[in-house]
Amino acid sequence: MMYGYSGRMLIADLTSKKTKIEAISEIFCRKFIGGNGFTISFLYEHQKLGIDPLSPDNVLVFAVGPFSGTVIPTSAKYVVQAKSPLTNFQGKSIGSSFWSQAFRRAGYDALLIKGRAKKPTYLFIDDDIVEFRDAKDLWGRDCWETDKIIRDTIGDDNVRVATIGPAGENLVRFASIVSDHHHEDDGRTGMGAVMGSKQLKAVAVRGSKTVEVAKLDELLDLCKEYYKKIIKGLTSTIMKDLGTIGTGMEYLSNYATPIRNFQSTDAFKESTLMSEDIRKISTEWMRKQYVHKSIACAGCPIGCDHIDFIRVGPYKGEAYKMEYQGMYALGTNCGIWYLPAIVKAGQLCDTLGIDVISTGVVIAWAMECSERGILTLKDTRGIDLTFGNHVALMEIIPKIAHREGLGDILAEGVKRASEKIGKGSEKFAMHSKGLEFPGFDVRGLKATALSFAVSTRGADHMSSAVFGPEIRGRINRFKFEKGQGGFVAEKENNLTLYDLLMICRFSGDLWMNVYSDLSHLYTLVTGIPLTSEELRAAGERVWNMEKAYNIREGWTRKDDSLPPRVFNDPIPDGDAKGSHLTKEEFDFMLDDYYAARGWTRDGMSTKKKLIELGLNDVAKEVGV
Amino acid sequence: MQRKFVVSDSEKCTGCQICEYICSAVKEGGFNPLLSRIRTLRIEPAFNISMACRLCEDPTCVKSCPRKALSKDEETGIIIVDEEKCNGCAWCIETCEFGAIALHSAKKTIIVCDLCDGDPKCLSYCPTEALSLKTPEEISQKTRKKAIVTLASRTSE
Repeated sequence: MMYGYSGRMLIADLTSKKTKIEAISEIFCRKFIGGNGFTISFLYEHQKLGIDPLSPDNVLVFAVGPFSGTVIPTSAKYVVQAKSPLTNFQGKSIGSSFWSQAFRRAGYDALLIKGRAKKPTYLFIDDDIVEFRDAKDLWGRDCWETDKIIRDTIGDDNVRVATIGPAGENLVRFASIVSDHHHEDDGRTGMGAVMGSKQLKAVAVRGSKTVEVAKLDELLDLCKEYYKKIIKGLTSTIMKDLGTIGTGMEYLSNYATPIRNFQSTDAFKESTLMSEDIRKISTEWMRKQYVHKSIACAGCPIGCDHIDFIRVGPYKGEAYKMEYQGMYALGTNCGIWYLPAIVKAGQLCDTLGIDVISTGVVIAWAMECSERGILTLKDTRGIDLTFGNHVALMEIIPKIAHREGLGDILAEGVKRASEKIGKGSEKFAMHSKGLEFPGFDVRGLKATALSFAVSTRGADHMSSAVFGPEIRGRINRFKFEKGQGGFVAEKENNLTLYDLLMICRFSGDLWMNVYSDLSHLYTLVTGIPLTSEELRAAGERVWNMEKAYNIREGWTRKDDSLPPRVFNDPIPDGDAKGSHLTKEEFDFMLDDYYAARGWTRDGMSTKKKLIELGLNDVAKEVGV
Repeated sequence: MQRKFVVSDSEKCTGCQICEYICSAVKEGGFNPLLSRIRTLRIEPAFNISMACRLCEDPTCVKSCPRKALSKDEETGIIIVDEEKCNGCAWCIETCEFGAIALHSAKKTIIVCDLCDGDPKCLSYCPTEALSLKTPEEISQKTRKKAIVTLASRTSE
């Protein structure tokens, strides 16, 4: 018997309504660890080249990791991967919920979905029984309703649901997959649209099997220590008290949070123009005003989701979580400082099933188009898309999800929308590879600029998270120096490992030495001996695998790009005033990074590197 | 003397399920909330609580069992299950007002909190210290204290 893994992948073909089980070997587990390692391997193996991401040829893979279903802190993550309808490269999104645990207890490590159902369908995985169920009555429903209806229909709250909303059905290119209400942690790269294109409304799971580990007593003792440690950790304490808003304040007050579609970083100046005073948005103030209750994902001692109840004003009675990326995308970036509006907008995105970041960025772009007269009230069908207008924000979000009016163009994502509208609007369309920018003004965070450009899934703040060391002065945020390419690469390898084990990035406070601590935990769970070096290599292996996938889809160096604003428009105000990137500087950064990765100057994977990582077949296919 | 049982403070509880995982690990040797003697409940958007046996003075489960498989330990107050007699009919599950009894999926007999010999393991793992072992008197003291503090702060405003 294998511990830590179910050793099985479920393959569901929606076209033929057939399922089958494929065994996952111990050798494979050891090499790819789990989660993201599994999804990219299966995607690489099962998907045809050059397909349309919204065609039945796309393959959608879900996976959990070896720690899923145990008490290891923050192990409630799962990953979904497919070819992205936003970027045409590998797309993935990582969610956190109870779904992952139920899936693991149902007895699987991965779920591969192919084909396209003839009519709206949802999958019900009830341990070993898998049903293709009619989703006619669910089609058109929002994510929260769908979740409830499925549970009520089956009559069991132990059923966990990962679903799309109207946005996914309508093939909004940045549609998300939502599980367990508030836990749509990451809806990036349009995985919901891929589900929608397959006429797959939801994947419901009920798992009743017991998850066993190799060394239970040792694991329990260690976890007890970890729980004590994590609630005292620096980052985890902030996460516990305030969630990502807590760390986000650092960026907002240090001129690193984009405002009005990257036209300002000066929150102090901007907010005096607005109704709220930014100085008030301190930890204490937020707690008193908005934070009502923290809730946690399965097995997480931190509980970073903070549910805010709006007590007064036009959004009175609404309740949703407040997060930094939401505060940026739907707030500051749209010139909106009225927090209840940001809470309500976040809730709209979650129920309709669209990514918060992409939604906010595409709306902020439309607001700048309105400011510059590129879009008129006629184009917006009467919606006054002026920066700061939160009423307009509430109007436009559902239009995107339902692809109505201007919403139909915005639903294409900021890259395609700006290409369609033209008139110079491409110059301030904030994306890389087609994926919209997270809440960091990279003109004043240069290692982050590189990281956004080279990430295998487009502008991605989770791939290296080097904005942390930058804002805290560990590296100079305004000047890129030789060697920082290697720093970014090492961080990417390191954080990829979190996505193989499927643990949360907020577990960082726990590890003295991340590789030896995690390899020890891995061995306690699986019984498989694994050295720190093997684990470190697995992170690098999977990053290179994703890169190889992109190369196979036609990636070239020019795809590792940043939007024109990063080069042409220096930061206009605040302490970061004047900072921007030059083309020469950016080329230098790419050279430095590719060299550190062991790739060619053009950024191509080398046979040597791929063979060194044990990816011999991949080396034959894409290595130079 | 009043008996102590496991109570959960819903203001502190985040619904993380760690108590369920720990209980099933200690009692069953693996992680499975369905085999836990304590169960969590979340009501969206933010209400969380854990529930375990409340050691009723005159337990309906004991009274209702048609096979007399359940009895109350006079000393500790916990419910003792005679696994020979229990046939998993689930009548006690229906009568328990707190949903504190579950059916063991493999054994087909019922499971209920036994306080781990007076040292419930779920307590020591609860990361928010939402769980505690309290008598009804201790619970009412805490509630009174909270009410008075709230009233006093209103008066001084």
